Amino acid sequence: MNNGKSKFLQREGVQSLIASLICIVLGLLVGYIVLLCINAQGAGRAIVSILKNFLYFPKPSVALEYFGSTLAKMAPLLMCTLSILFAYKVGLFNIGASGQYTVGAGLALFLALKYQMPWYVCLLAALIGGGILGGISGALKAYLNVNEVIAGIMLNWISLYCINMLLTNVKESSTTYTLALRTNAPKGLLPHLGLDKLFSDNKYVTLAIPLAIIIAILVWIVMEKTKLGYELKATGLNKNAAKYAGMKEKYNMILTMVIAGCLSGLGAAFLYLSGIEQWSCAQTAVPAMGFNGIAAAFLGGLNPIGSIFSAFFIQHITSGGSYVDKMVYASQISDLISAVIIYFCSFVLFFKYIMKKIVAKKGGNA
Amino acid sequence: MSLLLQYTLIYASVLLLVALGGCFSEHSGVINLGLEGIMVIGALGGALVMRGMPNLPGPAMLIMVFLGAVIAGMIFSLLLAVAAINFNADQTLVGTAMNLLGTAAATVLVKAINMANDPNNVSSAIQYIKQKKAFALIKIGKFELSWFMVIAVILLIVSHIVLYKTKFGLRLMACGEHPQAADSVGINVYKMRYAGVLISGFLGGLGGIVYITAGVSEWKFENGVAGFGFLALAVMIFGQWKPKYIAGAALLFGLFRALSNVYTGFDFLANLHLPSTVYNMLPYIVSLVVLALFSKNSRAPKAEGIPYDKGQR
Repeated sequence: MNNGKSKFLQREGVQSLIASLICIVLGLLVGYIVLLCINAQGAGRAIVSILKNFLYFPKPSVALEYFGSTLAKMAPLLMCTLSILFAYKVGLFNIGASGQYTVGAGLALFLALKYQMPWYVCLLAALIGGGILGGISGALKAYLNVNEVIAGIMLNWISLYCINMLLTNVKESSTTYTLALRTNAPKGLLPHLGLDKLFSDNKYVTLAIPLAIIIAILVWIVMEKTKLGYELKATGLNKNAAKYAGMKEKYNMILTMVIAGCLSGLGAAFLYLSGIEQWSCAQTAVPAMGFNGIAAAFLGGLNPIGSIFSAFFIQHITSGGSYVDKMVYASQISDLISAVIIYFCSFVLFFKYIMKKIVAKKGGNA
Repeated sequence: MSLLLQYTLIYASVLLLVALGGCFSEHSGVINLGLEGIMVIGALGGALVMRGMPNLPGPAMLIMVFLGAVIAGMIFSLLLAVAAINFNADQTLVGTAMNLLGTAAATVLVKAINMANDPNNVSSAIQYIKQKKAFALIKIGKFELSWFMVIAVILLIVSHIVLYKTKFGLRLMACGEHPQAADSVGINVYKMRYAGVLISGFLGGLGGIVYITAGVSEWKFENGVAGFGFLALAVMIFGQWKPKYIAGAALLFGLFRALSNVYTGFDFLANLHLPSTVYNMLPYIVSLVVLALFSKNSRAPKAEGIPYDKGQR
């Protein structure tokens, strides 16, 4: 009995799951303490509304509709998560995911609104745009030894300014937002495939959601079951050893960043081509999606399948943040919780070490 | 012209301070990618002092704001120190978490304070029009020399002396080059790395308050510090991890940053009719180019980013 239990705990996947759960609990705990410090009375209700998100609405059909919206925003987040995780497996920290995402959003919206392009062309453009930007960071790292984190941040800001400039051409005359896709370029909208019917006719539920999950599975297959994935991981573990074994380590690095960029770029198209949000051309901060992707990637134990769940969780609490009592608390409290979760994710190795110790102790006693 | 000089000097001071912070941390062997977050929290510390004690006399204001910023920065940098030194955490990940945490925590806190005072005020801004006057040293025409510029120059000289002329500095650098060797001659690597990270918190926090008081008299904490912490890291790399070169690099980058504030004052620049966005992008583009040119043969501390393992050979 005891033996079976400790074997269960010894499994790598189980340990990752427990470590992630510890991170979530600690993150929520810190969030709760902060809420308590700001205003003790409403803190309990606030943390519950963050966790409930769409369940906030008592009517099942309305809750279902908002569940659909959360899923529609989860799809882009999942893509950013996959982008970061893919690069991380190869030893690169893709903090530039936000920039690649920005470029993807810009190209998709511009082609749809200015030239009335159909959605698949826009998706492809977002994919290519993100890929090129990712490739630039990859090439800088491979050939010129530029730290990919710093280069990524610089490219994030450069792309934000460029895309703001580009999209000013297709913005509404009275606001800073881009024209609404639904009225101005219906061809650019992603098809629903009948999925909207499942979520009380939520018009933002599109092909993007199943597609993102399929891509997550594809990423898993590429990483674990193909020669390419093996080579990329080998390059990540030891660049010099990979080179010695006859792999093209520079090519592998650039290829990784191109793929990572494609994933984030596509993610942006998933969000903006569903029509759920319009781009604000006066935006002064890089989109948070790429940074939340870092939280989701590490929370998911750097596993593409785990990412599906962690991306949903992060989007769930991010959306839930908008239901806190805005007269007392700021909705950024969910950003704070995600940030704390990322912070504790860096202790995952330590948590696992403790768990292994406990398991070993139990094994010794039996 | 005098405005350009003033903005160049003040932005160069910010970059210099923060880059020196990064320099101390990296020489001790810890990569500090959380400088951006440290700047935000330092700025918050200083701004809260200005908000809480608006009627302090000039010199007292300067000292209290200085203390508020550096103490906030040092406390926040402990997050990195504990994770990276005691728990062997991935330093890139911790740094990123700190950047996100800095902006989120500052926004939540400032909004809470604003809302507690006035339920209709949901902005994340703190104003310090009057308090800011305490930082001006002398004013010649339009040109205003700030106390912070003087402090930055003093800290530059101190940094150079500490790093190269004192036992502490040389030991600190040994820990970033070959910690095992340093340990074998009796240097406590953990303590040295703590010192390095805390100094970076001190300088980063100070840089934060200088940045938000540079051109404006209110700050919206939602915006963070717009990648300035990372620009400072680019300055540090361009300066080859040496204070005297970092000073030069900071001046160059400060100039490009200042241009976006004052380019309209120059006829030949205004006549180009470039959109202002181009000038906003300039510092980031320049830093990317500089990084591309100077990273190949960079002389980074050898052991930076690697958690210290006593048992390793």
